[in-house]
Amino acid sequence: MGGHPQALQRYALAVLSHIGLLVAWYLFVKLGEVPKFVMPSPYETVHALLVPNYRWPENIAVTTVEIFGGYILAVVFGIGAALLFSWFRWLEMAVMPLLVSLNMIPKVALGPLIIVWFKYGIGPNAMMAFAICFFPIVLTTARGLREVEPDLLDLVHTLKGSRWQLFTKIQLPGALPYVFSGMKVAAILAVAGAIVGEFLGSDRGLGYLMLQVQVTLDTAAMFMAVILITLIGVVLYGMVLALEHMLVPRDARIS
Amino acid sequence: MSLTAAEPMGEPFIHLAGVQKTYRTRGAGLLAISEATFDVEAGELVSLVGPSGCGKTTLLKILAGLHPYESGKVRIGSPSQPFDPSRDIGMVFQQPLLLKWRRVIDNVLLPAEILGLPMAQSRARARDLLALVGLKGKEELYPYELSGGMQQRAAIARALIHDPKLILMDEPFGALDALTREKMNIELLRIWEEAKKTIVFVTHGITEAVFLGTRVIVLSAGPARMADNFRVELPHPRTLEMKTSEAFGEYARRIYKLLGME
Repeated sequence: MGGHPQALQRYALAVLSHIGLLVAWYLFVKLGEVPKFVMPSPYETVHALLVPNYRWPENIAVTTVEIFGGYILAVVFGIGAALLFSWFRWLEMAVMPLLVSLNMIPKVALGPLIIVWFKYGIGPNAMMAFAICFFPIVLTTARGLREVEPDLLDLVHTLKGSRWQLFTKIQLPGALPYVFSGMKVAAILAVAGAIVGEFLGSDRGLGYLMLQVQVTLDTAAMFMAVILITLIGVVLYGMVLALEHMLVPRDARIS
Repeated sequence: MSLTAAEPMGEPFIHLAGVQKTYRTRGAGLLAISEATFDVEAGELVSLVGPSGCGKTTLLKILAGLHPYESGKVRIGSPSQPFDPSRDIGMVFQQPLLLKWRRVIDNVLLPAEILGLPMAQSRARARDLLALVGLKGKEELYPYELSGGMQQRAAIARALIHDPKLILMDEPFGALDALTREKMNIELLRIWEEAKKTIVFVTHGITEAVFLGTRVIVLSAGPARMADNFRVELPHPRTLEMKTSEAFGEYARRIYKLLGME
């Protein structure tokens, strides 16, 4: 309310810095007379969208499906696993250390194996995104479910509240900020996972297209692909952020 | 050592006799409470005072039915004041522990939800209680929009929502600044007089113990031993001026002496 003009100012500055980068890019290319195959201008980059051979809509769709598919699977299985851990202590004690060890594997290194096992395509690339997203979600969610104030436990116990009441009224809503913190980290990782998957083996998608145009030195198309990949990530991140704003009040959020 | 209530009137509301509690750490038993014996009459506000780590909180949790104990007897309730352990305890802790994602009124309603009380009535009662603790108009705010003192007021309203007979308070004003604490002391006395509850109030503040208590029970440290149990004969309503009175000083000195600080 009182901070409204200030917030507006902040947005204006943020927009300005983005526009500033675009202008700097344009000036650098124009004034430096940089060859197009090293760095295209913003105009040339957008122009790359007009090449029908690059099948932009299809490639965008494929990459989007991989990112969102892997991400949603990771959210479902990650939160599901963390819930099971909080309900069955022995399961957590057995599996959690294993997950911590497995998390040490650079997920990208699994790429060639995934291709051997599942060939290449949308499914294996989504799996790559899943592998890289799953761990931060399960680890942060499990931590959030564990962190219940002991005194709040006492409060529920004096009222002879059930475990289910404790879970729905205190544990789960209390864990939500952690869940979203994990989901936000994972949203950024999901994009990287899917693209690496496409680099390693694919016949469609924006990562695949980048490898194709690399051969012909169409740098403008590569720039455009990077921008589009980033935008998919921004959309995903924005959706997670919007969901967080709906479900978690301001003070409880972890930024 | 036989310390009983000064004037037992029929059956007391709370009766503790020879309660002993040991914590086991690495095989060795650590005696936390030895021989706690006292009675509390219905409607009293009893201060439980002692140094940090003397087992005050443990004793409070035994009263709340949260901790087991080895020997002795704890009985709460009397024929005239029947006691249902799941409905008749309200707890207030050192931290307000309000749920950040709930509005103030919904925080107050938490015990009512857990007990499955009729919601429409409870909501009306929550509004009344928030007015009682001085939070009228703050019902729809989130906890972060309240000061520390106001949050603790909300926590007191939460402890009263299910109309329990016994309120257990564990250093509820310990995290507040000195001035807010004084103010909350007066507020608590007002709430106590209006709500007519039995309150057991744990504190390590000696003046706070005397100022609030109709009676003070002094515990000495390691293991918690009953050091004294006396009635505070200061008139009600209590005022801040009383703190400088001769009688008040006598009571405070009595506690200081027992805790080896004089």
